[in-house]
Amino acid sequence: MLADVEKPEKMQSKAIISARDVSVYYGEKKALNGVNLDILENQITALIGPSGCGKSTFLRCLNRMNDTVEGCRVEGDIRLDGQDIYAPNVDEVLLRARVGMVFQKPNPFPKSIYDNVAYAPRIHGLARNKDELDDIVLSSLEKAGLLTEVRDRLHSTGTGLSGGQQQRLCIARALAVQPEIILMDEPCSALDPIATAKVEELIEELRENYTIVIVTHSMQQAARISQKTAFFHLGEIVEYGETEKLFTSPSDERTQGYITGRFG
Amino acid sequence: MTDMHSSSSRSLLRDEQTSPDLIRRHRSERLFRRLGLSAILVALTLLGILIFSIVSKGYSAFVYTTIDLEIHFDEKVIDPDGARDKSTLQSASYGSLLRDAMRAEFPEVKSRRDLRTLFSVLSKGAAHELREMVLENPDLIGTRQVVTLTANDDLDMLNKGFIKRDVPEEDRRVKDKEIAWFDHLKEKGAVATRFNSRFFTGGDSREPELAGIWGAIVGSFYTLLTTFLISFPIGVMSAIYLEEFAPKNKLTDLIEVNINNLAAVPSIVFGLLGLALFLNVAHLPRSAPVVGGLTLALMTLPTIIIAARASIRAVPDSIRNAALGLGASRQQMVFHHVLPLSMPGIMTGTIIGLSQALGETAPLLMIGMVAFIVDIPGGVTDPATVLPVQVFLWADSPERAFVEKTSGAIMVLLGFLVFMNAIAVVLRKKFERRW
Repeated sequence: MLADVEKPEKMQSKAIISARDVSVYYGEKKALNGVNLDILENQITALIGPSGCGKSTFLRCLNRMNDTVEGCRVEGDIRLDGQDIYAPNVDEVLLRARVGMVFQKPNPFPKSIYDNVAYAPRIHGLARNKDELDDIVLSSLEKAGLLTEVRDRLHSTGTGLSGGQQQRLCIARALAVQPEIILMDEPCSALDPIATAKVEELIEELRENYTIVIVTHSMQQAARISQKTAFFHLGEIVEYGETEKLFTSPSDERTQGYITGRFG
Repeated sequence: MTDMHSSSSRSLLRDEQTSPDLIRRHRSERLFRRLGLSAILVALTLLGILIFSIVSKGYSAFVYTTIDLEIHFDEKVIDPDGARDKSTLQSASYGSLLRDAMRAEFPEVKSRRDLRTLFSVLSKGAAHELREMVLENPDLIGTRQVVTLTANDDLDMLNKGFIKRDVPEEDRRVKDKEIAWFDHLKEKGAVATRFNSRFFTGGDSREPELAGIWGAIVGSFYTLLTTFLISFPIGVMSAIYLEEFAPKNKLTDLIEVNINNLAAVPSIVFGLLGLALFLNVAHLPRSAPVVGGLTLALMTLPTIIIAARASIRAVPDSIRNAALGLGASRQQMVFHHVLPLSMPGIMTGTIIGLSQALGETAPLLMIGMVAFIVDIPGGVTDPATVLPVQVFLWADSPERAFVEKTSGAIMVLLGFLVFMNAIAVVLRKKFERRW
């Protein structure tokens, strides 16, 4: 396939997710066509491409969020640490605890900041008592760089925060489950440039401990924060490789066309 | 920039732009506004007439006429043995005390017929009132007391001015003699108009002056309680299942269409269904709130399902995604997030459904809740009637005094309806949420 441009000698870390020949159908419509992709551990992988190219669809395959879409069918093989995540005995609840997700629009629950972050640890039974829960909430907010801003109003509502703060709250909420991988679906598209800069900074910090897959419309963002970039077009991966290489000397002329703004 | 301005300076003033098209547009807009305004005025006028006619007919139901009479609580009549035994006191002939008091008040009345008319100046409940007094305070026995007694409904009507004195005697329910006695009592200052607490605390009665709506209120309460307990959980569960779990296919489409159709089925049909199902098949007790409640629950279910589905649908998918993305199961997503957020809307729909049920008469006629019931129901299986049926029963009664009772009961019913709808509005306002 076109996508397999990965060179073995450049693999400095192991692939935590490997997708092989993944196709997705929405009813009759084929949204993804035989995608192969390896996501490397502790790296930021950016998925770019024009609207409707299937990058969000692919992202949502990685934690089986597509299961919630009526009429959606996934074919192919996606493995997380070697386990087939679409195997019949896989519990998508356990999967989503390992593969967290942050959405395009900040979507905090209309509850307090504390309860937003504490929700997932509660349902997964991660804290044995109140103190442990407090620790998880505070450390998650800390990791999301939000703690200093909200320390004195943990019990006021999460929807009262600014857009950027809300998005960082959503990231903190995802971190509280202690996932290994965080999927981000255009996390900055609803934010202003300053909030975007903060979220980007946060994403780069999170890379140390987490593997991040981010869908973005902004090529600058992909270039700024990611180590690997995959360019999607019409449901296929056109090119996948080191971000630097993909943006400076793309090997496919469609990639060239997209990153120079000739289409998309 | 400058030549853009100078090139055209088309006037924006209305009088300079008198194109027929513009004039027509303005005219049609004015006309439409006036039509809208007059439609609202008509609606308000009709509402005003309705409220005025009910209040003007019904306000007098909240007061009643009393007559003060000196009664000799004769020990020989009440308690000849002097044992103050409760059953003796209960069964004593208090009517004769009343008759003696009336005879003493009007010594000139002699003929049997006139005496019978004279005794009917007081309500049939007056003897009962005396008994209550004695049972409460046996020390009254042997004393002479001026006590306040309920007047007969005809004299009540006369006192309130609903029976006109200028009508010829043969067309009048209250005869000249009675008017004379009444005026005599009135001159003495024995006649008074008081707040009718019995109207709010008593059960139904054949005597209008003794009839109250508490029995109907309690009956309505038990009926609505049954309706709520049956239709709320079933309705909400159906809505959740249809919205969040059911696959979208031909079958669920058919179910959806039928639920909407069910909401439009005339209530009498539900009454017949209730009759066939709950009385003839299940042999539940007749005239009981449990059957009325079940029947009304059939009717309320579609309303609740539709309202609940709408408010569940109004919860944005971003909340569902957020919960699922954190590893919540579908059920956790629904019960932790979707349901709490849609609850105000569901409650509003439920209250509106229940207030429809509160005002419903026809299906209850079919299951026998139209019976004349004096006792206040003590549970969901006791025979009972409900407020709108009470209105129907009283409106059907021939006595003039039931006219005001009917309007009074309507006012109470409307009061409850307004109260329930106000709760719905408050809930909606309080929990209104912007996403």
